[in-house]
Amino acid sequence: MTVTLPWVLRSLAEAGRWLSTPLSPEDYLSLLDPLWPAGELRGRVEELHPETADATTLVIRPGRGWRAHRPGQWARIGVDVEGRRHWRTYSLSSPPHRPDGRITITVKAAPDGFVSRHLVRSLTPGTIVRLAGPDGAFVLPEPVPPRLLFLTAGSGITPVMAMLSGGIAADVVLIHSAPTPQEVIFGDRLRRLAARSPYLRLYERHTRSAGRLRPADLAVLCPDWTQRAVWACGPPQMLDDLAAEWPGPAERLRTERFTEDLHPAGGTAGGRVRFATTGRETDADGATPLLTAGEDAGVLMPSGCRMGVCHTCVAPLRSGRVRDLRSGLVHGEAGDLIQTCVSAAAGPVELEL
Amino acid sequence: MTSTAHLAPGDIEEFGRELDKIREEVLADLGDRDARYIRDVIAVQRKLELGGRVLLLASWLPPAWIAGTAALATAKILENMEIGHNVLHGQWDWMRDPKIHSTTWEWDIVCPAEMWKHSHNFVHHTWTNVLGKDRDIGYSAMRITPEQEWHPVYLAQPFYNVLLALFFEYGIAVYDLELERVPSGEKTPADVLAQLGVLARKVRRQIVKDYVAFPLLAGPAFLPALLANLTANLTRNVWAHAIIFCGHFPAGAEFFTEDRLDGETRGEWYVRQLLGSCNIDGGPLFHVMSGNLGHQIEHHLFPDLPSNRYAEIAPRVRALCDRYGLAYTSASLTRQVGSVWKRVLRLALP
Repeated sequence: MTVTLPWVLRSLAEAGRWLSTPLSPEDYLSLLDPLWPAGELRGRVEELHPETADATTLVIRPGRGWRAHRPGQWARIGVDVEGRRHWRTYSLSSPPHRPDGRITITVKAAPDGFVSRHLVRSLTPGTIVRLAGPDGAFVLPEPVPPRLLFLTAGSGITPVMAMLSGGIAADVVLIHSAPTPQEVIFGDRLRRLAARSPYLRLYERHTRSAGRLRPADLAVLCPDWTQRAVWACGPPQMLDDLAAEWPGPAERLRTERFTEDLHPAGGTAGGRVRFATTGRETDADGATPLLTAGEDAGVLMPSGCRMGVCHTCVAPLRSGRVRDLRSGLVHGEAGDLIQTCVSAAAGPVELEL
Repeated sequence: MTSTAHLAPGDIEEFGRELDKIREEVLADLGDRDARYIRDVIAVQRKLELGGRVLLLASWLPPAWIAGTAALATAKILENMEIGHNVLHGQWDWMRDPKIHSTTWEWDIVCPAEMWKHSHNFVHHTWTNVLGKDRDIGYSAMRITPEQEWHPVYLAQPFYNVLLALFFEYGIAVYDLELERVPSGEKTPADVLAQLGVLARKVRRQIVKDYVAFPLLAGPAFLPALLANLTANLTRNVWAHAIIFCGHFPAGAEFFTEDRLDGETRGEWYVRQLLGSCNIDGGPLFHVMSGNLGHQIEHHLFPDLPSNRYAEIAPRVRALCDRYGLAYTSASLTRQVGSVWKRVLRLALP
């Protein structure tokens, strides 16, 4: 039986594909259960827990195909806003293997963060999201170093929360920065954890009253900080400062960078265009279609009507923004399919061609 | 063109700019409502198909046969027309959902999406109604305008138009192979062979599904189930053929010569799309079931705007045409089908 079962299952799946062609059986099964398709990993947002005035934890039930993460790793989440799919990366704030099988991410609404604002303010329980991952190297090694220092700021606490809630058998110092005590994400939980555990020392830096933490302050707060293995997560400025003044060996400083979902404005000047697959590069002005720029650079560009009608020329955007030459509108996110015949570079652009 | 003789070149460009404005307004307004529309249509279509397939398992019972066949035929029509045709045009690409995208969609019809996108989206929609460029004029098989030279073979065209209607999905597949471009050297035999391979694989899967797998599942009802699938496919074929022939062949549709393309401006392109296309009047259900191709004019002006928006912009497009004194051809389905057949019959003769 143990030998024949996989064969039976495989045959059933194959029969299902013949019956559902040109679609897949999953396309029909997802009518019954949206979490079913493993071909397109999904999750259902089941609960929303406000953490601070502008941060919320999303409790997500991942669908079939999700593999457990390691504490500190991130997942990508695809959410539809105003009909369009947006992908963002968030650290998982839950420990792996929760008894209820769910995962959490904790999102802080950035003032100009289109997606983060939607997730914190407008999302409703029951929403189906797309998931990718988990991934990321911001994880504790085995065995865990005996003495650790976590340096976090703002929503940089989220991957560390996943590590702490799983329990760490080590001497841990956590130095966390937030503008005010009320704005400390997971403030109550962290304080409770620190009160309970003799091995966790928590120092909160409230930057509105005490000012921003400088690497120089660390020697006072944690005299043996250079002897500890450091995991740091926060805004780019903080990580840059830390890296510049870190006196210890490089391998003992691990950082995780959160970049904001901001897009450079991109004037009408055009920019450097890189064709990632062929490795070719060229400069294109803001009026030249990427199609023409690519052809002139010797890239074999797919093309059709050359007027924005037929969608034969579309190519995935790897990075950068493009301008629609018909409307002048600047748009584009990584993964978008760009109509190269009616789009020009708005700043540096990378295409998967 | 006599129908635009009253317009100065500046007027034509102004007309084009007004159309651009409509397009941009719709694009700026796309959102949840539109996304919900296409997802709902897809969900309804899949449930109809599943329902029809389940009913046909009991297709030895006449009521189950009738209801199952009707559901399956409706599902196939929806899938090909309101969903497949429009998704493959890139009308829903803006949602960035890889499951509803022109680059990933494959439809329930023997012609592979990739082949169809080339001959339809590019060749037909770019060169609409230009003799010698738009292969959709008579589909390289029929004489649809007096400018096409008569040949005795056209005497049989009323007959093979009926055949084409019945086996439309195969007609499209063969047509998209562009066999007539091989002798001229525009296409190599190797290209055709490669496409034939892709086509053969798709045909095999379609045939096995409709005429082997599902009838076998019906067990003792094998034959009624097979006939139900055949009926559903034929119904879809005849319906799609009727709607599509009404797009550019009824009275009022104009044809153009290649010299018109020399330096054709955006405004002139719009005018050609308008004058080469014909609408069909009807209610909301009719428009959904015809893939909104009853709004052929709006579709040809804006091939990649979501189809649910055509009905909304149609009054504005029509008013704009009135203002510029441009013909906007629209009539009932019976009038348009009659008009197409009159043309097919008349032009069979010299």
